[in-house]
Amino acid sequence: MPKDTGIGAATVRREDVRFLTGTGEYTDDITLAKQTYAVFARSTVAHGTIKSIDTSAAEVMPGVLAVFTGEDFAEVGGNPAGWLINSRDGEPMKEPKRPVLAHGKVRHVGDAYAAVIAETVQQARDAVEAIEADIEEFDAIVDMNAALSGSNYVHDEIGTNQCFDWGWIEDNREATDNAIKNAHHVTTLELVNNRLVPNAMEPRASIGSYKASTGEYTLHTTSQNPHLTRLLISAFVLGIPENMLTVIAPDVGGGFGSKIYHYGEEALVLAAAKRLNRPVKWTADRTESFLTDAHGRDHVTKIELALDKDGKFLAFRTDTKANVGAYLSNFSTATPTFLHGTLMAGNYTVPLVYVNVKAVFTNTAPVDAYRGAGRPEATYSIERVIDKAARELGMDPIELRRKNFVKPDQYPFASAAGLEYDAGNYDALMDKMEEVADVAGFAARRAESEKNGKLRGFGVNAYIEACGIAPSNLVGVLGSRVGLYDAATVRVNATGNLSVMVGAHSHGQGHETAFPQVVAEMLGIDPAVIDIVHGDTSKIPFGMGTYGSRSLAVCGSAVVRATEKIINKAKKIAGHMLEASEHDITLADGVFSVSGTDKSVTFGEVALKAYIPHEYPLEDIEPGLEETAFYDPANFTYPSGAYACEVEVDPETGKVTVERMTAVDDFGNVINPMIVTGQVQGGLAQGIGQALLENTSYDENGQLLSASYMDYTMPRADDLPMFAVDHSQGTPCTHNPLGVKGCGEAGAIGSPPTVVNAVIDALQSGGKDVTHIDMPVSPARVWEAMQ
Amino acid sequence: MYNFDVEKPGTVADAVAAMRTEDAQALGGGQTLIPTLKQRLASPSTLVSLKGVAEMQGITRDGDSLRIGGATTHATVAADGNYAALSALASHIGDPAVRNRGTIGGSLANNDPAACYPAAALASGATIVTTSREIAADDYFQGMFDTALEEGEIITAVNFPIPQAANYQKFVQPASRFALVGVFVAKYADGVRVAVTGASNEGVFRWTEAEAALSANFAASALEGLSVSADNMIADLHGSATYRAHLVKVMTGRAVAAAS
Repeated sequence: MPKDTGIGAATVRREDVRFLTGTGEYTDDITLAKQTYAVFARSTVAHGTIKSIDTSAAEVMPGVLAVFTGEDFAEVGGNPAGWLINSRDGEPMKEPKRPVLAHGKVRHVGDAYAAVIAETVQQARDAVEAIEADIEEFDAIVDMNAALSGSNYVHDEIGTNQCFDWGWIEDNREATDNAIKNAHHVTTLELVNNRLVPNAMEPRASIGSYKASTGEYTLHTTSQNPHLTRLLISAFVLGIPENMLTVIAPDVGGGFGSKIYHYGEEALVLAAAKRLNRPVKWTADRTESFLTDAHGRDHVTKIELALDKDGKFLAFRTDTKANVGAYLSNFSTATPTFLHGTLMAGNYTVPLVYVNVKAVFTNTAPVDAYRGAGRPEATYSIERVIDKAARELGMDPIELRRKNFVKPDQYPFASAAGLEYDAGNYDALMDKMEEVADVAGFAARRAESEKNGKLRGFGVNAYIEACGIAPSNLVGVLGSRVGLYDAATVRVNATGNLSVMVGAHSHGQGHETAFPQVVAEMLGIDPAVIDIVHGDTSKIPFGMGTYGSRSLAVCGSAVVRATEKIINKAKKIAGHMLEASEHDITLADGVFSVSGTDKSVTFGEVALKAYIPHEYPLEDIEPGLEETAFYDPANFTYPSGAYACEVEVDPETGKVTVERMTAVDDFGNVINPMIVTGQVQGGLAQGIGQALLENTSYDENGQLLSASYMDYTMPRADDLPMFAVDHSQGTPCTHNPLGVKGCGEAGAIGSPPTVVNAVIDALQSGGKDVTHIDMPVSPARVWEAMQ
Repeated sequence: MYNFDVEKPGTVADAVAAMRTEDAQALGGGQTLIPTLKQRLASPSTLVSLKGVAEMQGITRDGDSLRIGGATTHATVAADGNYAALSALASHIGDPAVRNRGTIGGSLANNDPAACYPAAALASGATIVTTSREIAADDYFQGMFDTALEEGEIITAVNFPIPQAANYQKFVQPASRFALVGVFVAKYADGVRVAVTGASNEGVFRWTEAEAALSANFAASALEGLSVSADNMIADLHGSATYRAHLVKVMTGRAVAAAS
């Protein structure tokens, strides 16, 4: 019998009432008194020197209040990379400055070189058209190989387009080379992990405001992590003291990673607000989103898998070029390295892994973490090459994976790529997948498809990922410049209701519903009396925000710790009220009782006593009932899964349709199964989008060809089948108090190789000698591969 | 968007008068024009909305001829039962919002090389009725976004002869869901007409070899041995010229097989 409330209940999302009735409050919905508007002048060429910018005509246009250029920010700091990567030779990565506005050069189409502030958006737009910029265009650097071999540089001052040349694990390099040289069989695959545009439903938007009387700034912005944004602006870019800057991320309409980062527009509206002493709003249009939101993926990889004669994996060796675009975005150096290379052992007992990643600057939009962030790239490479190996060896792809799985009795398991997996059961996931996906019935379904002139393919995938990012001590050693804990404050009000201030930010994840379920379960009270407060640095203690599927595992654990403190203090108060030792007090169903007696007080009575401390032991217990906890986990959490996909291919047109999609995931304990299912479904949609539809294409001049929905294909409902989602096979995480793992990215990690494996299976069943097609596996690409 | 005036004439005569304003632009359902204006890619002085012109609305049948007013929406055509293949075509243009605003006159006046209606008009041998004359479809389409319309001339109606059998097959460009290749096949007593949209750099065109073969034998097998040249086919990130040429034949075969 499913529960109605608390942990494990499929509680309906309370935040959906406002989202579905159009009453959410997003940044662009906010209008401050005397608000003005910013519009940016953006480069139409990918690479050029700014010879001059004449703003004189723009400055005298109607309604124009100010015009800024890169010159105005020449003295302020750059927007930094959050992770220092050292090259194989020990040299630190190249870190060219990322300015608020382009100064000296423009480096990608959409790079902002000026901004107009005016009374209305239309006036600002008109004035932007009156800015005369003399930009001398250079050849664009688009192709990564050309970038590494040429002498034309995105950043002239560093004299190279290579940001770093990273090896992992460098000490294993020689042994891996030898294992591959001497192996019974080596399977090699060259592949592209296609660049993706994040396409959050809500475009980025920011409002800067300034209070001259106190010197306080406020930034309303579309952020997944308001404290991190405050830290970056304060410590690196504008130097505003943290206690003089409030960052508020109200309702945010999706991020998928792209709203983790601090962008120059946020600094511009703050600086402009101070100069004008009026609020300044900027809202991106969809074209700006395409051109300037940090993109995802964009790896070009060669992977080799060495096997012995029985199909045991001996080594994975990977050679990857990772496009970082024109500037380093905040997590851009971590994504292709420690979020990618460390996962290159997959779910397998393979003894040797070596990964080489060269990060490359190009005249394209910056590339950073996008739903999955490095782990989809790792999973795709591993699971595609395993599938190819199975075909080459004539082995069943499921059996080949099972033969190499880490087994349940091997935990904790030290992977060859440097992580310690704490819990899992990959065979159980595969068993469940075979049942849910009805693998046994596939042959009959294939025969039916063939009767209709279609080729049917079955694809399988096993993934592991590392999320709940993660132990500050570990990431510090690996180069992170920030800690990755989180924080929560539980405030019990005098009348017994609660406000819980959390560092995680909800922009679609359902925190306002799930976090109260945890607190309610612990206190034995109705979750309806618990309210979640997030997204405002003036209201919440601190927080590193939401990304990397970390909200519940990290911030949720902080909520647990703070609630435990509440219970401990409440027991003291109850003990006083009941004239018993706090050690004899038990809490059940919201009632504190003295063990072995019928004496009790309710949670509400204790709360009231805390705030009206008459007859209260003030010498032993402080009044009030409010506790804060910071939680820093001991390890990542390691969700894993077994996925299956069935596709039909129309051999005449190359069109692929996804007929069945099964996702069996191990998320450990599940707080709200409905929200988890929704997260998986969203991830699957994005993964299928990457596999079949989404094509970010720059031409040789650095122009984005797919810069609108006329050419960039987002997955739509009729592109997708009904999904079969199962998370019954959870193995609890061993190191966080809830035993939870992250579920936000799994679908996007597990599905792309599953889909492509199925397409290849379909084509091979039709007698086509096709071993690989790069994503997106469009009809044209399938048809051409078949010719 | 730049500023502009809006005129809402109630009659064709008033619409013609309004179009005499310098840089005036006729506005059908606005499904192409409004996004263009929002991008600041056009700056007409005046938009002349044709929505309120009653005589340009609706569908009437006269024997085997169907007259569709120029301001008739795709949704109205989709719901009409007189020319099934044409209604089916209209029911797959864009999404419900587009179909409830977009008009047949607007689509034909714009002549997007990947739009659906040009294929229907050309394959049906339709007549484009304007404020000043009647134009045969064979003379009307003059290349990508190019038509026989003169400055200020408005499509008031389109006359379709209803065929014995017809079908439209659209292979969609996955992002826009316009036609990557769309083929309209229509069989009349005096022969078969085949019009192709989406494929050519010159816009909608007739595949005359297929017409001859199908006029002799209206069966998909009649296309065996025929092929379309890839010369001058569109090549873009959604497909090569060769792929499009291949799809023309596949979609023609499917249209013939499905024609009713």
